[in-house]
Amino acid sequence: MDHIDRRGFLECMAWAGTGLVWVSTGGVLSSRVISPAAAAEAKPGSFSFVQISDTHIGFKGQANSDPTATLQQVVDRVNALQPAPAFVLHTGDQTHGQKAGAFDTVAEILKGVKTERIFYVPGEHDVFLDGGKEYLGRYGKGTVGGRGWQSFDYKGSHFVGLVNVLKYKGEGMGALGEDQIEWLENDLAPLSSSTPVVVFSHVPLWAVYPQWGWTTEDAGRALVHLKRFGSVTVLNGHIHQVLQKVEGNVRFHTAMSTAFPQPAPGTAPAPGPMKISEADARRMIGVTEVTHVPGQHALAVVDSTLG
Amino acid sequence: MKDPKWRVVIVAGLVAAGLTATHADAASSAAIGIKDFKFTPPALAVPVGTTVTWVNHDEETHTVTSANGAFGSTGLSHEDTFAQTFTRPGRYEYFCALHPHMKAIVTVK
Repeated sequence: MDHIDRRGFLECMAWAGTGLVWVSTGGVLSSRVISPAAAAEAKPGSFSFVQISDTHIGFKGQANSDPTATLQQVVDRVNALQPAPAFVLHTGDQTHGQKAGAFDTVAEILKGVKTERIFYVPGEHDVFLDGGKEYLGRYGKGTVGGRGWQSFDYKGSHFVGLVNVLKYKGEGMGALGEDQIEWLENDLAPLSSSTPVVVFSHVPLWAVYPQWGWTTEDAGRALVHLKRFGSVTVLNGHIHQVLQKVEGNVRFHTAMSTAFPQPAPGTAPAPGPMKISEADARRMIGVTEVTHVPGQHALAVVDSTLG
Repeated sequence: MKDPKWRVVIVAGLVAAGLTATHADAASSAAIGIKDFKFTPPALAVPVGTTVTWVNHDEETHTVTSANGAFGSTGLSHEDTFAQTFTRPGRYEYFCALHPHMKAIVTVK
């Protein structure tokens, strides 16, 4: 990928389609992500960021005997991106079952990411034992009332991190709660409708598969406040696979886990870790890179797998 | 004792006592499996004094959390167990804190 001229690069990009390019070195084929950010670099105001999700440190199963190692591989990939991402979003389930030391391990590994900042939202695995006490003790600072939700602006785009795993009720699906929805309404109110908005949270904000808890029961009341914006991107995790949906100006996208894949909706008795070999699982876990190019309506979203 | 009739009665009595003892041991423990995000059996009736042991057969973490706070496990990993001895009669509804739609009940008589 080095020493290729711009024309050659663009030809390559068109052929690759999804942003993956095959490189042959000494007869050995390997795939590399073509960073959309690299292509967009020329345009002022462009930036890229990365979404990492469901790292599940503490998990040990058929699909992955060492999620610490796969997370490190993801970090290495992120650090190879040109240019470096402006920041990283972690969309939850850092730990698998809040195992002792897991939060520390994640923090240690992510210290190695070459980026300005990392923003976090919790997954249910991070908060179920203690109602979020440990998670918020570490990552509540700087969030609204220390409760985990937050917003920030970057180069004219507005980012909102929502928490939908602290009000889990009987049906086992995500929930935002009235106070957070009210905060969101007020948070968005001063923005012009042409402001690109990115919302990130752990559990999907659309009804992917309610039978497995893959939905947020009151997301509708939050999405109402996003309807007027020209470009809204919703980034979620929780389901350990990439699924996308477009509804008007809102584009929903879920990320892979860095640890293990889960079955497609309804294709298994339950949404647990897939029982497949580590080699097969490598092709279904990975990281997401998102690029904003001024003037383009939609963000460029590229998912890349570890294998 | 010299009289064989008595010997038979005593032997019968001892055998009966042995059977009763075995029956009581069997009733004092019970097992519930967690598999594919389900508690099996979802409804279990046991006598007072029974120790119920849950085993998680899923790779996903689950908990055994009582609805009224009577008991609760930490996160159970693959093949982890949790045991609870029920010393008082009652209906004990419980669920998994990670997947609250997983619900079951132990009834203690």
